[in-house]
Amino acid sequence: MSTSSSNFRTPRSRAQGLGSAKHGVGHFVVERVSALASVPLVLWGVFAGLRLAGADHEGAVAWIGQPVNAVLLSLLLVVGLIHLKNAMQVVVEDYIERFATKTALLLLNLFVSVLTGALGVFAIVKIALTGAI
Amino acid sequence: MVELALPKNSRVQAGKHWPAPAGATKVKSFKIYRYDPEQGGNPRWDTYDIDVDACGPMVLDALLYIKNNVDPTLAFRRSCREGVCGSCSMNIGGRNTLACTHGWEEVPGKAVQISPLPHLPVVKDLIPDLTLFYAQYASIEPWLHTETPTPEKEWRQAPEDREKLDGLYECILCACCSTSCPSYWWNGEKYLGPAALLHAYRWLIDSRDESTGDRLDALEDPFKLYRCHTIMNCAQVCPKGLNPAKAIAEIKKMMVERVV
Ligand code: SF4
Ligand code: SF4
Ligand code: FES
Repeated sequence: MSTSSSNFRTPRSRAQGLGSAKHGVGHFVVERVSALASVPLVLWGVFAGLRLAGADHEGAVAWIGQPVNAVLLSLLLVVGLIHLKNAMQVVVEDYIERFATKTALLLLNLFVSVLTGALGVFAIVKIALTGAI
Repeated sequence: MVELALPKNSRVQAGKHWPAPAGATKVKSFKIYRYDPEQGGNPRWDTYDIDVDACGPMVLDALLYIKNNVDPTLAFRRSCREGVCGSCSMNIGGRNTLACTHGWEEVPGKAVQISPLPHLPVVKDLIPDLTLFYAQYASIEPWLHTETPTPEKEWRQAPEDREKLDGLYECILCACCSTSCPSYWWNGEKYLGPAALLHAYRWLIDSRDESTGDRLDALEDPFKLYRCHTIMNCAQVCPKGLNPAKAIAEIKKMMVERVV
């Protein structure tokens, strides 16, 4: 915490800071909705994982090729990544104060999440539509 | 920003030992944080062995005894000595609480360790700088906002609406909660902290207030409000038994109600 009294900002001005960003409730709601959506998706994911563990390559490709499986798998990935991205964002905001470092980490977090999601969904769609990886 | 170790000039070093007076009947040690900016140097732990048979039951009684009989240079705040003014808050035995309502007998361990409220600049000894804390309280505008012309008598309030303020109005602004909150430690400049937010809620649910929306606008911010992660330290330490975490959860609920 800065104790500097060499500048003449009043305490009230420090407390006010840059004012309210007027957002935050969106993030709060998405965190909860993605957590809620994850519950059935993860349960399904465990069940799917058990099924796939016993399947050979061809069987797995065929399983992913079924529309319901392809869609649920994509949703599991996307919802999981949204939740993870938001959680990581909170960690960065909590612990990193320096503006440049914080912004860089937030961008990295966003880019890695989007890239992972895009690659994952592309792979699932490709397997579902062409039957090959 | 998280700092795991204290900066070099803040590390607490061993200090003086004040032995018990001859003929003491019941000796207890008080290990007290000392820092005097005028003397410079690092803060230190001074240990006072005092005859507790000669002083009252509360930690504040022991501090006053030390100041009056052993070491008049010891600095701390106190006023009401009965838990209503909020000035004697400090960290006693690792917990933020009021020295005047906390018995030294209740503190576990051999010595009663006393330091200023954590994570604030120290003015002297057990006196922390609460300037920003008070400014944050002022920033939530803790007074009635109205547009309607003031009635001739009082602004009326139904008994059940008045009841909603119970558990909130009792806050004595001792800062035990805010300075026990990790989020406030790491982001104390931007996060308002549990005490200011408890008061924000007190005005948000006041049935007589006419600027609920503006108040919510001013709070909707990733730092001012949403740094609270429901860690609950605040509710655990509040010496008045209040629950700032719950008040904050209620504010978050109001935010959601606005958008769904
Ligand atoms: S519940 Fe919120 S305000 Fe209370 S200690 Fe935890 S983070 Fe801080
Ligand atoms: S809520 Fe409790 S701990 Fe926090 S400032 Fe008020 S009285 Fe003190
Ligand atoms: S002296 Fe007033 S609360 Fe302790």
